[in-house]
Amino acid sequence: MSHIPLQHVLIFSTALFFIGMFGMFTRRNLITLLMSVELMLNSVNINLAAFNKYLYPQQTGGLFLALFIIIIAAAEAAIAIAIIINLYRSHHSIDVDDATEMKY
Amino acid sequence: MLNVTNILIILFLPFINFLILGLGSRSIKQPVSGTIATVSLLLAAGLSLMIGYQYFIVKGMVNGAFPPIELFRYPWMVFGSKLTIDMSLVLDPLTVMMLVVVTSVSAMVHLFSLGYMKGEERYTTYYAFLGLFTFSMLGLLLAGNLFQIYIFWELVGVSSFLLIGYYFSKPSAVAAAKKAFIVTRFADLGFLIGILILSFYGETLDIATLIQRLTAPAGSQSLAIQTAGWLGISALTWGLAMIFIGGAGKSAMFPLHIWLPDAMEGPTPVSALIHAATMVVAGVYLVARLFPIFQLSACILDLITYTGIFSAFFAAIIACTQTDIKRVLAYSTMSQIGYMMFSLGIARPEDHYLGYMASLFHLFTHAFFKSLLFLGAGAVIHMIHSNEMNKMGGLRKFMPVTHITFLIACLAIAGIFPFAGFFSKEEILLATYHANFPVFVIALCTSGLTAFYMFRLYFSIFWGKHQAHDPHHSEGTFTMKFPLMLLMLCTLVAGFLPFSSWIFQGDTHETSHINWKFSLVPLSLSTLGILIAAYFFRKPSSRVADTLMWMGGIYRISKNKFYIDEIYLWITQRVLFPLVGKPAAWVDKNIIDGTVNGVGNFVGSIYYFIRGMQSGKLQDYLLYFLAGIAAWMVYFIYIWK
Repeated sequence: MSHIPLQHVLIFSTALFFIGMFGMFTRRNLITLLMSVELMLNSVNINLAAFNKYLYPQQTGGLFLALFIIIIAAAEAAIAIAIIINLYRSHHSIDVDDATEMKY
Repeated sequence: MLNVTNILIILFLPFINFLILGLGSRSIKQPVSGTIATVSLLLAAGLSLMIGYQYFIVKGMVNGAFPPIELFRYPWMVFGSKLTIDMSLVLDPLTVMMLVVVTSVSAMVHLFSLGYMKGEERYTTYYAFLGLFTFSMLGLLLAGNLFQIYIFWELVGVSSFLLIGYYFSKPSAVAAAKKAFIVTRFADLGFLIGILILSFYGETLDIATLIQRLTAPAGSQSLAIQTAGWLGISALTWGLAMIFIGGAGKSAMFPLHIWLPDAMEGPTPVSALIHAATMVVAGVYLVARLFPIFQLSACILDLITYTGIFSAFFAAIIACTQTDIKRVLAYSTMSQIGYMMFSLGIARPEDHYLGYMASLFHLFTHAFFKSLLFLGAGAVIHMIHSNEMNKMGGLRKFMPVTHITFLIACLAIAGIFPFAGFFSKEEILLATYHANFPVFVIALCTSGLTAFYMFRLYFSIFWGKHQAHDPHHSEGTFTMKFPLMLLMLCTLVAGFLPFSSWIFQGDTHETSHINWKFSLVPLSLSTLGILIAAYFFRKPSSRVADTLMWMGGIYRISKNKFYIDEIYLWITQRVLFPLVGKPAAWVDKNIIDGTVNGVGNFVGSIYYFIRGMQSGKLQDYLLYFLAGIAAWMVYFIYIWK
């Protein structure tokens, strides 16, 4: 385990984060957007776990923080899916470009 | 008796009339509305007569003067420690006298209108307007504060406008109403500036305090107003001149008189009330009210004197050639108000302000006989259905009551003993004789002319050629004859009242006396005027036409009122409109509107720019969010320490 350097983990999590961001900007489907958000959250989790492991191996604060984020992400996914269902009922579409009434 | 309740009743009875009749102008039917208004005005007149009796006779003088009574004072607007505007009601001899005049003439006019306005379509509205006018005139008289006076001054102007334009389907009436309003408004601007100047230096708007401060010889306010100045003329003189302009506009003094003859487009009783007895003397009242301040500036007194005497003489000449009977009366009103003005102007302490007393005495008597003349003319017009002299003649057999009352009023205005006008005019002439001899000579000529044109009017209406009159037209109802007779009684009695011991200026007063040796000249001049009028107009003859041929151009100029209207038209149309109006319109259209529109367009373009950002697309917002985070990062990393 210890032969993997910290930098590699960080590069991986950064890559994951920007993949999520790319998805956020390019995708129009709300489900995909939700998945992109999850990707970004998980990249943060990896960061937290990695820093905890490599810098302060005796402590567990980073891991617990990652756990909290996983729980919050679950709650957020539930709310997001509820919103998406409601949007589908009113617009018959889950494409973000079809829901642009809230402008001006 | 002299308490605030009674005064408020007098003041608000006409106002309540205005509210009730104005709101119910469609639902309250003909005789009812007139009766309501007339009864309440008669009540007000009775109350003010009682107040006059209480004030002058029962209560009487205290230490040789009638003390002013402040009935009511309420701090109305408080703008810090230096400027407060109070609402107050003050009774002083001048106010009480005017109160009696206004309410009694107004009551007579209300009564007369019952018959005169019968069958008019907007009968109830007419009475509502009369109520508004009477209320504002009474408010003007009772006000103890310059600001309050100004408010009521404007209200009086508005109600005059409404009543002149009563027959609004007639274009000439509309034009006359507009003319009256614009000319007096123009003069009121002067009044406002004058009020501001005086109150700025006097640091108060309350009349009594203002007079006390500005007449104190070494007071800080009076020193300030006399030392400050502009163009070499002191601020005091400027302020007084401006106030006099306001008064001259309302009182139809030359050259602001042009609205008064045209105002005769209104119903005749209105002319009797507003344009003969009450509103037009508001200017005289104003000068009399502020007389202690006016007295500080000799050149303003001279201005008042010469404006007054010129207007008196000028109007008398025009009155000799007019053929519309109401216009003759209008010019005669202007002439008589000129008398009052110059009499105020020549009042000096040397003769115990005889001119001041004489002026107000003339105001008092003139109110009665001039409203009588107008109501008489109204009765004639009611019968003939025309204002033109040449359609009348030989009416004395058809309208005996009108004939007698009109004759007595004519004798009164001509200044024949023992009618009211004799006494007041005598005092004016006597005061002028001592103070200013050239003015006295012109005043004498004017009084001769007055007798001539009044009797020209009288003979043309009631004598002269007989016209075929419709026998079905009678002289009018009792409600029309009764006011005539009552006012005739006033005309007979008013001169014998001990007026000079009631209203005077300064500490001592002269008892009025008739100096027969002095009276001889004016009396004989008036008689001469009457005889000349009789010679020309008593019987139809060719004398008039022959003389007119001989007079030629002078007659034409006078007939055309010295072309004053044409001069005004030329000035406004050829000078003011192209040289001032058009550039002002250009500036307004291009610079002022351009600035406003430019600001509007600038803001609008910002709005269009910002609006584009609110696209409603989720990813756009996400982008802004990211940009915000990036900006914060830059800030925290490179700038924030």
